[in-house]
Amino acid sequence: MIRSVPKKIGQIKFGLISPREFRKMSVTRVITADTYDDDGFPIEMGLMDTRLGVIDPGLRCKTCGQRAGECPGHFGHIELVAPVIHIGFAKLIRKILRAVCRSCGRLLLTETEKERYLDEIRTNLKIGNSIDDVVNTVFKEARKTKKCPYCDEEQIDIKFEKPTTYYEDKHKLMPADIRDLLEKIPDEDVEVMGMDPVSARPEWTVLTVLPVPPVTMRPSITLESGQRSEDDITHKLVDIIRINQRFQENREAGAPQLIIEDLWELLQYHVTTFIDNAVSGVPPARHRSGRPLKTLSQRLKGKEGRFRGSLSGKRVNFSARTVISPDPNLSICEVGVPEEIAKELTITMNVTRHNINEAKEYVARGPSNHPGANYVVRGDGRRVKVTESNAPELVEAIETGWKVERHLKDGDIVLFNRQPSLHRMSIMAHEVKVLPDKTFRLNPAACPPYNADFDGDEMNLHVPQTEEARAEAKILMHVEHNILSPRFGGPIIGGIHDHISGLYLLTHKDKKIYKPEALELLKKSRVKELMEPAGYENGMPYWNGKQIFSMILPEGLHLTFQAEMCEHCEECKREGCERDAYVVIEDGILKNGSIDVKAIGSFKSKILDKIYKEYGEERARMFIDDATRLGIRAIMRMGFSFGINDEDVSSEADVRIGEAIYEAEERVRKLIMAYNAGELEQLPGRSMDETLEMNILQELGRARDAAGEIAGRNLGLENSAVIMAQSGARGSMLNLTQMAGCVGQQAVRGERIRRGYAGRTLPHFEVGDLGADARGFVKSSYKKGLSPTEYFFHAIGGREGLVDTAVRTSQSGYLQRRMVNALQDLEVQYDGTVRDTRGMIVQFMYGEDGLDPMKGDFGTRESIRSIINTVVAKRESR
Amino acid sequence: MVPCHEILDEEEVKSLLERYGIEKEQLPKIKVKDPVIKEIKAQVGDVIKITRKSATAGEANIYRLVIG
Repeated sequence: MIRSVPKKIGQIKFGLISPREFRKMSVTRVITADTYDDDGFPIEMGLMDTRLGVIDPGLRCKTCGQRAGECPGHFGHIELVAPVIHIGFAKLIRKILRAVCRSCGRLLLTETEKERYLDEIRTNLKIGNSIDDVVNTVFKEARKTKKCPYCDEEQIDIKFEKPTTYYEDKHKLMPADIRDLLEKIPDEDVEVMGMDPVSARPEWTVLTVLPVPPVTMRPSITLESGQRSEDDITHKLVDIIRINQRFQENREAGAPQLIIEDLWELLQYHVTTFIDNAVSGVPPARHRSGRPLKTLSQRLKGKEGRFRGSLSGKRVNFSARTVISPDPNLSICEVGVPEEIAKELTITMNVTRHNINEAKEYVARGPSNHPGANYVVRGDGRRVKVTESNAPELVEAIETGWKVERHLKDGDIVLFNRQPSLHRMSIMAHEVKVLPDKTFRLNPAACPPYNADFDGDEMNLHVPQTEEARAEAKILMHVEHNILSPRFGGPIIGGIHDHISGLYLLTHKDKKIYKPEALELLKKSRVKELMEPAGYENGMPYWNGKQIFSMILPEGLHLTFQAEMCEHCEECKREGCERDAYVVIEDGILKNGSIDVKAIGSFKSKILDKIYKEYGEERARMFIDDATRLGIRAIMRMGFSFGINDEDVSSEADVRIGEAIYEAEERVRKLIMAYNAGELEQLPGRSMDETLEMNILQELGRARDAAGEIAGRNLGLENSAVIMAQSGARGSMLNLTQMAGCVGQQAVRGERIRRGYAGRTLPHFEVGDLGADARGFVKSSYKKGLSPTEYFFHAIGGREGLVDTAVRTSQSGYLQRRMVNALQDLEVQYDGTVRDTRGMIVQFMYGEDGLDPMKGDFGTRESIRSIINTVVAKRESR
Repeated sequence: MVPCHEILDEEEVKSLLERYGIEKEQLPKIKVKDPVIKEIKAQVGDVIKITRKSATAGEANIYRLVIG
């Protein structure tokens, strides 16, 4: 196969468009401000002339002979009676006027200077550098010249009054004079000013001809009353033509100078607002209703403009957006859709022999009863709206070959998305579940891939419209298919918060669970039969929590790992671990260990990872559904709460925390004394000051940890916050330390706080005080409350955190955008190479090893190890 | 420090291009004025094989076309 060598865009050149070019590309001169005649036909040489293109169906364009929709439209032009300034170039004109001679039009620099600057500009252009700096100095230097070096004319400073008026002393310069002057500038001088005289002569910044955009880009709309409503641009053009005509009549009639000037200014105003209706100093042109007109620049600029609004982003049909809320009883691959939305979004059914009865049912139910239909498309392609009144007729008329646009119903495949869509799991395919009320419902376990929570987040939903799109969505984008993240090869969907706390409470140590409870716990899962009970008490069978959890595990699962709460002791006691942190699963039975984040949590779940890779995605999904439901029922049965008094520590512990901190402060004082006495031992590569700071920081850090240790031990393992921290459900021991023990050192840029007044942070301290509390050490806990100075330091540290996040998100967002733009067209081919759209090879083997990170073991190549472990475990159990 | 660069002979180039089903132009490029290319005295149009350490695969081969 021979591929053609890809073509490159050699260069893009921007320049000014000359009046000659305007006339050349124009198909007609526009002279009348009228649009349509009484019969509704476009007037010749009017603004809707059929040579400018056609928008009415049935008419043909007089220029290209094509119909509406095919004809791209053609430009016309208006001959302006008097020249006007182009508002976009007002500042450039000011610079040029100040740099050229008012009489001979030459640039106010000597020949040698000009040559030098020209040289500089050319070298910069050659090496692709910006010439802005050179050009700016040219203008600056030329302005300083008071007397023309060529014709000896005294220069008068030009005053510029926004937006488009120029004064020479008190005398106003008319655009015509300006244009005459600009025309005089020789080509060589134009080049010194950084312009290319071939594509941008300075006098072209003063308009003598105005292009009339094709009608196709300013179509008029016919209102329901039959009245025509013109586009804003057409309105503006009407204004321009009217003033243009009045100007001409007045001038021909020999009107006084004052009137002419007024009209000139009016023409200038209309042309200015035609180009940009948001110039400062110019009142925006308004529609009759008082709404400012959307003229050329407004069409392009801003978020809703042509670039950001139409070219980079588009809107779609068959989509919905609303607030999300949780529903743990939905499967992770379902999404709850409000009935109101389900009745608005439709799926087109092609009526065949096989589904004609089903289709009839939908149509019979009409547009307002839920699984109904909104439209039918007849065999001849006519769309008929289904209403309560015509539904019975339509049901009778339906035959194969028709199409029925039926409501969204349970089981339909839809795409669900939350912005920012940073990775592929930000858009996944879910199955619809139509529910009452007005929010989208989402299983909380499916939140991590979207990074969603329920504090008011909104999400979008899209309904694929073709069979192919639905198949593709189901195969590639289904939630089941995205349980594993390609980023690290582990599950991104899994238990969160209460799921983890619940299962931890259930499986930690031995808990007796009698039959009614066991049935209640497993009620919503797929388990239909209870396993052999662990024992009998008073003739009543009981199970333990580990057994209950085992019932949702697939048979034949072998797994051993250390739970999150494992303390990584010197020597692992394995099954004998007193914290119950050594998890052993044999043949689908949890023999030992507690279930926590590492077992079922999102991002970390070992069990889920294993089930996905060994039993497939559907089984993994079922396990997540079961585990999360079991977790929630478990936490509800056992009861779990956290309140302010859970942060209380005993008065004895309080005293010990106080002592620990006092001792640390004492040591800091000693360090400072040693420093002042010059007895401090200097750390290698550090100055004396740095050594002191580091030692103090270390000492205070140790003090906080000690306080946390005391507080943590005092709270005990039964404390809800400790349980959450240990099982990894939410929060950390550090959070607990800060709540119950001691908040610790506040830092700015990794250093103790030193800013504020000269030599001290706050007036509460002495100048030069280096002590713990003078430099932002907070010894109180959040529970105890902060002292005023502590509170202030805490606010400083907190503010830095906020600024950091704000800066980081914008920076990483931009980084991601550039990365995506660079990589979006690359594709892994079947032979393992990575190529771009032109077939150029980027990598000879994807990632150099050709491995799919999703299929590896948490992103490593060592899946072989887990396979061996499984085989060994299976043999041992046999 | 600099990974091993070798010039492929015609036979090897042919089999390389055949293996990937590509033309020479679709290979990644390297300039003749690159110090390594000067060192091994490759000409414009030669194909270079680079054997370098890889964080993922241990060792990886990359081919580049020498251009002017």
